[in-house]
This record gives sequence, structure tokens and C-alpha cells, in this order.
Amino acid sequence: MKGIQYVTLSKENLDGFISGLSKLHKVIAPVSKGYNNFAFEEVDSAKNVAIQYIPTILPPKKFYMPQYETLMEYRINGGVRAEAIVEFEPLVLFGIHTCDLAGIQCLNMVFSEQPKDYNYLTRKMRINIIGLECNTYCDEFASCTMVNANMPSGGYDLFFTDLGDYFIVHINTHTGEEITTATKVFEPAEKSHMHDLADLREQKRRRFRIELPIAPRFVSEIFEGTFESKVWKDLDARCLACGNCTAVCPTCYCFDIVEDVNLDLRSGRRYRMWYSCQVEPFATVAGGENFRKERGARQRHRYYRKFKYPVMKFSRFFCTGCGRCSRTCMADIRLLETLNSLIKEKTTKLWRGWE
Amino acid sequence: MERLGIKESRYNVKIAKILRTRQLTEHEKLFELAIEGGEAFDYEPGQFIMINDFGVGEIPISLTSAPTNRISFEVCIRAVGKVTNAIHTLEAGDFIGIRGPYGRGFPIRILEGNDLMIVAGGLGIAPLRSLINYVLDNRRDFGKVHILLGSKSPKDMLFVDELDRWNQRMDVYYQSTVDQAEIDWTGHVGVITTLIPGVDLEPERTFAIVVGPPIMYKFVIRELLAKNIPERQIFVDFERHMKCGIGKCGRCQIQNLYVCQDGPVFSYEEIKHLTEAM
Repeated sequence: MKGIQYVTLSKENLDGFISGLSKLHKVIAPVSKGYNNFAFEEVDSAKNVAIQYIPTILPPKKFYMPQYETLMEYRINGGVRAEAIVEFEPLVLFGIHTCDLAGIQCLNMVFSEQPKDYNYLTRKMRINIIGLECNTYCDEFASCTMVNANMPSGGYDLFFTDLGDYFIVHINTHTGEEITTATKVFEPAEKSHMHDLADLREQKRRRFRIELPIAPRFVSEIFEGTFESKVWKDLDARCLACGNCTAVCPTCYCFDIVEDVNLDLRSGRRYRMWYSCQVEPFATVAGGENFRKERGARQRHRYYRKFKYPVMKFSRFFCTGCGRCSRTCMADIRLLETLNSLIKEKTTKLWRGWE
Repeated sequence: MERLGIKESRYNVKIAKILRTRQLTEHEKLFELAIEGGEAFDYEPGQFIMINDFGVGEIPISLTSAPTNRISFEVCIRAVGKVTNAIHTLEAGDFIGIRGPYGRGFPIRILEGNDLMIVAGGLGIAPLRSLINYVLDNRRDFGKVHILLGSKSPKDMLFVDELDRWNQRMDVYYQSTVDQAEIDWTGHVGVITTLIPGVDLEPERTFAIVVGPPIMYKFVIRELLAKNIPERQIFVDFERHMKCGIGKCGRCQIQNLYVCQDGPVFSYEEIKHLTEAM
């Protein structure tokens, strides 16, 4: 890759690109599932691809960490033979927004950290990512600016930006370059294209404003001294403990491990499945003690796991601002509302301190 | 979907053979295990393993033997749920799967050269037996050794023959109590906290190690602090229902800490500010 960082793709060639790519790899893209609902699904042409979409029901984590995943298989035959396995599938993900790119980056950190999770890492190696820029906010639930996920900052092989009748495409990796070469539908980017991109980014800087009344660097501080806040008591009364917020979160990765026996009663498998800190049995131990009995305590744990603990460990928020948790909540618990209430409580306390 | 075997996976289980079993009480059974193929199994007192009955499930269990003998090891299992009840039906010659050992055990290197105050409540004696027997195997490395044991009733007492031996040793100060006595019980009656005020100790050089049911910690720690034992010299061992053992699944999390990696043994100083810990 010598100097060619940007190429362009005219919109009428998008179909050629997707169908060409789908002959080489299994391609996943956002697809409309009825009014304002989208899902990542396999595509073989651009016909079904939703270029304008709000965050999908489930984030792309489902390809990195499937809802059900076999970890180990065993067979009993006199003795026992047990083997750890990984299931994977080479994929190209097309149309990943910057919030979801951030989500994948978070999961990468968690599963690359010692002790490493090779099931995740084996899949990660085989998934290529084509990002897609959001030119405006998707809806009022999004808060990507506050977590610095509204602009592209790596985590992709190629990155598409819609500039009217064409896309400008950033080539970020060697794999990305191979894709553009193999599909033969890209043109080198001209100076005027680069100007168009710069203009869009400038507009975006004006359009996307930090969604909170405080600077992002203070966000993790609002979680100091608010552990016993009445905000959590309010959530305690409202939360239904359904676990929707964690299922749709691009950075939630907690799981359960379950064992299954086959009908031959001699073999079986161990698998992991998504689990949620929001459901009652999550923190229960054998004697019946539950260390997060109240729903408010469980909601608090979720917020701390987005804005406080990962900042201590990985120096970043584990919130991508995608807004899925707020969009899906049956009790209308909204992330920005919770953060604003905490800020209000914290600043009121500060004022009292000055009196 | 393609599939591959991965040798380096953390979810690989080792097959262990049950060498011996011993029913300790109505609900607790002791299993002596050895890794198939004679592979040595080394660990620290206070560490735990993931143990499974194939087809039923996997649970975390603390090691109860001292790591002095690396060929075999023991776990003490109370039958409370699906997996533990299934494991209880197994006998010598049967196979189970294990992963581990995991976690940060008792801080032996810190304890060496100091006086110990070991406080066990109920099943808390299971992980502490590993420490106690390690200390007794290396007795000259430690100062005074106090062992306080609390049980619900005499019939719930575990490792009774060993308790007698500890009681008879002149290099151990051993006391036990039961919450509820039976007719032939001649010992102390009352909750374990009632034993602490009477212990003669030098707080600056005493390290307390407390393991028991969640309710016990607060009251025991209050008594230990009343004896002027510093917060950083009090250690506790937490129970959580770990699923992975490698700091990912989230089940054992206490705020930002993963009990499976950062614990299960913590100093009181480390966890005293953490709501949800006890």
C-alpha cells in the first residue's frame, strides 16, 4: 500500500462490490426488518443492504461471541475423552457504524487480556470489517460524541463514507487493500473527493455535540460518591430485570456455561451462552445468598461496568453511545437521563459543600 | 461453520480419577483425586478448581488438601445443587473433569514468621484445612497458631478425627464451638464470635484468616478489630459462583474485582469499601 489511502466507489457500483465480494467471502450487512428495525444478516447483493440504518437490534458482537457457542466436547467410553473446540466462520462485516467499531474494540481488549480467550481470538482473526460513517445522528437515543465514537478511529479494514452519489473509502489495512483490488470497482480518490470528505467532517463536528452538560473526561468522576445515590433507587423501582439492555449492548459479554448430554448418553458438549447481570440468579451462590439482590443494585452494576470499572482497567468507556439499551428498554430507562440525574445530584452536592 | 480443536483453550479439562471418597456428614463428602496419567497437580492453599461431572455441569470448589503431596488432592463437597448432588453419587474409580487451579490463595509468604488466628465457620473449614495442614507440615515457619472453629451443631462438624489431632497438639491453640449443642456435647456453645475475646494474642504480629458463610464475616471482623488486629492483617476468602475462572464471565464480580482472579482471598483492607462484597 504505497500512498493510496483513499479510493472512491460510485453508488451504482455498490451492487457490483457487494455481489463481487459475496462470491469471495460470506458477507454480512445491515438489513431492514420492518419499521426502524435492522439486523446484521448475510447478503449477496446491495439490494437488501440498508445504507441508512439506525443501530441494529443486536450489535455485531453476535459474530465474535455467538449467543450459543460450544467450548468443549466429551465422549465417555470406558474412560473419558474431552476436547476443547472453537467454532468459527470467515466473514466480512459490511456497514459497521463507528459506535459498533468501538464496541468490537472493547471486546477485543477484554478477550485479548491475559488469561486470553482463544475462542474469541480465533474468530476475531477471521472477521474482516468494512465500516460506514454516520453523517448525522441516527436518533435521539444516540450519544456517540460523549464517548468519542462518532468519528472513525481505526478498528476497520475499509471505511465507507457516503458523499452523495459516491462513497469515499479509507483503506486502513493490507486486507482492505486486497478487497479493493480483488473487487475491481474502486477508483483512486481525487483532490475534490478529499475536499468533500473534509467538508463532511467539518459539518459533523458542528452537528455532533457532547450530549452531556459536562466534559467526557469528568464522566467517570460522576460515579464517585454516588454509589448510594437515589438514582439507583429510582431505577430499582422501574427496572423489570429482563436483561434486554445487556443483550443488545455491544460491550456486554458476561456469559453462563452450561453442559448438555447427547441422546446416546455417552457424549455431550459444554457451551457458553449470553447471560445478564440484570437477572436475579446472576450473583447468587450455592447457599442462596444473592450479592446483588435489588434491581437497582444490578442496574448500578451495569452503569459502573460502562463508565467506571473499564476506565480504571482499560482507560476507556465501555459505552459506545449506540443507544440500544435505551431504545430497547421496556421500562423506558434512558442512559442519558440516568447520567444527567447523577450529574445533577453530584453538582448539587458540590454546591452544598461550598455553602 | 468450521470447528477446530484448540489445545491452548482455557476450557480444556483434565480428567481426574477418584481414588477414595469419605462421607464426612449427612451433606458433605470428601473426594481424593489424581490427574489421569500421573501428572503432578500443584496449587496454593486457598486456590480453587472448576470441577465437573460430565453431562451435568461444572462448579467452583476450593481445594481442601495441603499441597504437600502433589500426586493427589482433595475436595470437600456439600450436596446443595444439581452438580454437587450428581458428584455425590460418584465413587472411587469414577472419572470427573477439572480445570485450574485458579485464583490468589492465602498469602503464605506474608503469613510466614507471624502468628496466625484462623477462624473457620461451617464449610469454611474446607479451604482452611488446606492452609492449616500446610502450616502444620511447615510448623517451624510460623509463630503461634490459633484455630477457632464454629459449627452449627456437633453432627455438622467436618474432619472430626483431624480436629482431635489439632486439639491434642501442643503447638496449636485450638478451640471449637457449636451454635446448638446436643446431649453428649461437652464443649463450648455459642456463635464463633464468643471465642475471640478470650484469645491471648499480640495484635501487631497476628494475621487473621477468616472463612465462613457471608453473615459471619461482619461479626468476626468486628471482634478482630476490637482485638486491635490491623485491617491489612485480616484475610477473608469469598464464595462466588464462577463459571469461567479466568475473569471473563462476570459472575464473580464484586464491583471492579473478579473474585476468580483477584481473589478469592482478599485482605479486609482491600474490600472493606466494597458494597456487595459481604
